[in-house]
Amino acid sequence: MRDRGPLPGFEAKRDNASKGPSGPVSIIRPTRGLAGLGLGQLWEYRELLYFLAWRDVKVRYKQTFLGVLWIVMQPILTVVLFTLIFGKLLKVPSGGVPYPVFLLAALLPWNYFASTLNRCSNSLVGNAHLITKVYFPRLVIPLSAALSGLVDFSLTFLVLIGLLAYFGIWPSTGFLLLPVFFAIVFFTAVGFGLWLSALNVRFRDVNYLVPFLLQIWMYSTPIVYGTSIIPDRFRWVLAFNPMTGVVEGFRWALLGEHWTEGGPETALFLVSIVTVVIVTITGALFFRSTERTFADII
Amino acid sequence: MRDTAIRVENLGKLYQIGQRLTRYETLRDRIALFARSPFRNLRRLWTRGKKRELEYIWAIKDVSFEVKRGEVVGIIGRNGAGKSTLLRILSRITEPTEGYAEIRGRVGSLLEVGTGFHPELTGRENIYLNGAILGMKKAEIDRKFDEIVAFAEIEKFLDTPVKHYSSGMYVRLAFAVAAHLEPEILLVDEVLAVGDAAFQKKCLGKMGDVAKEGRTVLFVSHNMGMITSLCPKAMLLEEGRLVANGLASETVLTYYNRGRFSPHAADFTCNGQRIGDHLATLLEAHIEDMDGNLISEVDIRHPFKIKMRYALHEKVPKPPYPNFHFFDARGEYAFVSSGNTYMGSGTEVGTYEAECIVPGYLLNNGVYFIGLALTFTYQGIHVSFYEKDALSVSVRDPIDETLDEIRSGYSGPIPGPVRPKLDWRIEKVS
Repeated sequence: MRDRGPLPGFEAKRDNASKGPSGPVSIIRPTRGLAGLGLGQLWEYRELLYFLAWRDVKVRYKQTFLGVLWIVMQPILTVVLFTLIFGKLLKVPSGGVPYPVFLLAALLPWNYFASTLNRCSNSLVGNAHLITKVYFPRLVIPLSAALSGLVDFSLTFLVLIGLLAYFGIWPSTGFLLLPVFFAIVFFTAVGFGLWLSALNVRFRDVNYLVPFLLQIWMYSTPIVYGTSIIPDRFRWVLAFNPMTGVVEGFRWALLGEHWTEGGPETALFLVSIVTVVIVTITGALFFRSTERTFADII
Repeated sequence: MRDTAIRVENLGKLYQIGQRLTRYETLRDRIALFARSPFRNLRRLWTRGKKRELEYIWAIKDVSFEVKRGEVVGIIGRNGAGKSTLLRILSRITEPTEGYAEIRGRVGSLLEVGTGFHPELTGRENIYLNGAILGMKKAEIDRKFDEIVAFAEIEKFLDTPVKHYSSGMYVRLAFAVAAHLEPEILLVDEVLAVGDAAFQKKCLGKMGDVAKEGRTVLFVSHNMGMITSLCPKAMLLEEGRLVANGLASETVLTYYNRGRFSPHAADFTCNGQRIGDHLATLLEAHIEDMDGNLISEVDIRHPFKIKMRYALHEKVPKPPYPNFHFFDARGEYAFVSSGNTYMGSGTEVGTYEAECIVPGYLLNNGVYFIGLALTFTYQGIHVSFYEKDALSVSVRDPIDETLDEIRSGYSGPIPGPVRPKLDWRIEKVS
């Protein structure tokens, strides 16, 4: 670079000019077969992950009158409705605790799971304009969808704590295991979400499939009812539904000594964990291996 | 090797027609297609591997080039020539089908202005969101925030959702964020084609700064003036293939006159073309130095000649006058010069040659495009031919030599379409 003269208005900035050859070297070529997980790159883009999640939260309740109150209203209205139908009318046994508490302890993880799975599977298609215009690790998109649900989860948790206090229920020491149960919900949602979001890019059928899937899944998970009403010989089937163990875990951890049905059975619980791990890893690999075609077919 | 920023070898991208390229034209077609599609899709699954009836198209094919660190290279070509595909591959949005590219340095790509802007979010929020999407860190955005706001001129509306912005404000904000990206390699696609003229000028200035900061830029545009004023070099893509790669001025002329002539010497009669009318036709034109050598580049201090041959097909009562139209790199008029009708140029049928000497110390440095015309004035004004952008010449100012001689030690850019050497007188008066 030549020296720039002193004439005002004509001087050029040159702070980056003399950095010399540096920076990463990237090779672009056709790839085949399975891709790695690319977690390192994902870590570099963690701020984008945060910003996209933050955008989702910000935008979700814009131009609503009640705003964030909706996050709290939704579970409360569900609890009222379900308590009337299942608690009062059908008299579903609720394991020694009032039905609203029984229900909300299970709805808390379930709502997070259902909304995350739903958001994840629509996330790529919903952000098509980003995928075709900017490069970043595509995993950021479904993951940010999963993160944005944390706000709803936390607020619902507050409602549940209020409800527990109202009924005078103290959680047991199993409370400390909540993060483990939550991790299982998170990875179940993300694992299936990765599969569905990648499939959704090619087959929009996924859009129509997911609501039914969630409805069936909800009723095959002991949410409005307890595990006690399921005959023992069918209980092993439940193990393959990781949400069963999670829901039982949440109730066991939160409802303390009032809870009469006990925690999840260890053997079945381990099967659930293995299922989750397999789904998450295969989901991530499938996602990574198909992401190179996203921009072309979305 | 060390100063290569981008190296591309035999890059190719195959698209399946029907994947991206079909558009369903009417609602009726759509409904029909929708009704048929489950069966079609089933049948496709069935026939898969047996019969390949799908069509494929190479969006780009066998593209190889190298860009040095700090170079600013324009990419031009018609719609569908593969310019955007090339940028999409280099910015890793999509993968090539074959070939190889090596990129040294942090890449920022700007394929669209305002990617990821959310209409419900405020200007402030969108700056952060858009910045993060383009690859900036939060700390970086914090640091440049005020600069971005000032550049976009939206201080008052910072906390208004962008859906209430005028389209001009929206574009200004979007460009402002993008313009403050600081990657080592910047890939830009046609984003300056938006906004009002004043803002475009500002963006152009910003792009010029980026180039001066020593960053490598690949710049796609349809605006030839922008290409020639921003990029010393340019590449021309045609149907996915790289057909020209060299000086921007020459590449642009190749684009304008593909296959007809080279930019500094043009034969207007090849391929059976005929430029002109029943009175006169344009035959040939070229640029040469004072010794008669064909040139495409000239020293700012040296004069050069433009020669044009034309044929008169009828005897006319009054000789025509040739006129040359000079445009600067931005496509704006620099000046017009014409020979006059009393120069003794003939009225008889025959071939004529017009010669015009452009003196040294007249043009500024940069690229000039020259349009050639012949005008008759005996029955009102009649233009036999006017061939815009027929020739180009690149005027070079060798700063090392001219710094003291004509620049008085100032080495920065000097604006204006011309830079004539005028008579100056400076004396002490008191």
